[in-house]
Amino acid sequence: MTYSVPIGPVHPSLKEPMTFNFEIYGEHIENVNLAPGDNHRGIEFMGRQRNPIQIIYLAERICGICSASHPFAFCRAVENAAEIEVPERAQYIRVVIAELERIHSHILWAGVAAHELGFDSVLYLSWRAREEVLDLLEYLTGNRINYGIFMIGGVRRDISKEQIPRIRKTLDYYKNIYGKIEDIFLNDPTIALRTKNVGILTKEVALSLCAVGPTARASGVNKDIRQDQPYSAYADLEVKAITPDILTGKVNGDVYDRIIVRLLEVVQSIQIIEQCLDNMPSGEIVAEKKLVKLLNQLKKAKGEGIGRHEAPRGEVIHYVKLNESELPEVWKARAPTYNNLMTWVSMLLGQQIADIPIVISSIDPCIACMDRVTILNKENGQKSILTKKDLHELSVQKTRRIAP
Amino acid sequence: MEYMKPDEIVELFKTGLNESAIIGSRVETKTAGVKKNTYNVIWLQVNPQNLKDAVKLLSSIQFPHFAIISGSDIDKEIELIYHFSIYYGERFKEISINLTTYLPKDDLRIPTITDLIPGAQTTEREIKEMFGVTIEGLPDLPNIFLPQDFQKGVYPLRRNEKGVKIKVKGEDEVKKVE
Repeated sequence: MTYSVPIGPVHPSLKEPMTFNFEIYGEHIENVNLAPGDNHRGIEFMGRQRNPIQIIYLAERICGICSASHPFAFCRAVENAAEIEVPERAQYIRVVIAELERIHSHILWAGVAAHELGFDSVLYLSWRAREEVLDLLEYLTGNRINYGIFMIGGVRRDISKEQIPRIRKTLDYYKNIYGKIEDIFLNDPTIALRTKNVGILTKEVALSLCAVGPTARASGVNKDIRQDQPYSAYADLEVKAITPDILTGKVNGDVYDRIIVRLLEVVQSIQIIEQCLDNMPSGEIVAEKKLVKLLNQLKKAKGEGIGRHEAPRGEVIHYVKLNESELPEVWKARAPTYNNLMTWVSMLLGQQIADIPIVISSIDPCIACMDRVTILNKENGQKSILTKKDLHELSVQKTRRIAP
Repeated sequence: MEYMKPDEIVELFKTGLNESAIIGSRVETKTAGVKKNTYNVIWLQVNPQNLKDAVKLLSSIQFPHFAIISGSDIDKEIELIYHFSIYYGERFKEISINLTTYLPKDDLRIPTITDLIPGAQTTEREIKEMFGVTIEGLPDLPNIFLPQDFQKGVYPLRRNEKGVKIKVKGEDEVKKVE
């Protein structure tokens, strides 16, 4: 006799809120059904009534955390379609902003993962550490999130000489505390017990489901657009896809491996930003300063282009088709969780209810969907509701139970 | 692993499939960075009957990374573009391959590719809902992005009468009678 456990549907951080329907036998997950789309916003439809420059700001609001990734990919798609060359300095500034975003996103994720395990002091400490990079982003772009720095053909704000010491100060801060973060997440016996051999995704499944980003890399898939098809300043820098065997010598594809990949990527981002600052060329920051002129140029353009960017969660891809009109004919945006969605099924089968929070958050979506969980007893029709608090409590209890 | 050049890949598609399969092809070379390193993007226009063979041929090179299908309603046809990439895992080697296909509106059918690439299911279901394209061989699953009780016969991304209307602010308001 299995019980049906629906989780969801409200899920604010994804483009699509999610509903999970679990078939539970005792504590065991027997089957999972995914049902996203309870609140599809129709962003691509909205884009049909906007010109390309207006779409940048719409793209920025697809995700509150990836707010550099979507405009980055969108601008690249339009530039490819209209054959606009981006000045070299702008390419470097874009990469600096994108990598700062990766640092803040991965540290945010680390905090959320710790919270799911019942390790709340780590949540507070890691989110405190994240504040530094948000302050730096505010200093560089004017905003903590939704930076508004991307423009078709370049960026809107320059990084001046006076700003560079401030960037280096923040990077030094992360270099100093990185040892502590690594020690907490990788050497703590409780975290290891809760995450090792939990939510395993094999390499074959990751490949066949087209998984992207740290989720795929943690399963040993050597796939990173910054390495495979370098764009912008990444083409000048040394970027290597990070797989967990760099640190441990083997790939398990479990939650622990996903922690390793994300933590090592923070270090990699720091190195990339430093290389960018050292080698930043001088020159213009945008191909066409006058927006009216740029819009006129786009109005006359005919062509199609794709723009890809390795966001903190994986590949973001935008497709744009311009057809000699003010509005782009097609705009298709795809976020990384769209591909990683199906990997949940493979990860969750055979796991326990108490592992649901950490496995779901291990691919780095927003886990606010946990707010409403109903357990329905089919036999006597009894209905009991598990709130996010209860589910979280179950997870915390499991940690306490197995803690050495 | 041996890497084929973009032109060789196009040639492989032209010779590996039957004569009418590939209608058009384009290879783009893009540059990046100060050192002006390049990467390639291939665009192929494929006959809808041969799409599945084209994906099979692509899989024979390397199991491709499949990104998404993007669709567009162009007057009498629906345009679908399958975005793939191959040769990932090696620096500078990845090539994007986009297979474009046009379906006439009186025969909106395309075979599923989920038997070759299981990860394509989500996007095939999206295309089915948003454009009303029948995906042959895809199990009849409930709506993925649209509400379950969404009006039948309405496809939100269509541009003709089958699409959704743009809501004008104040349109529904009842006018005051003086």
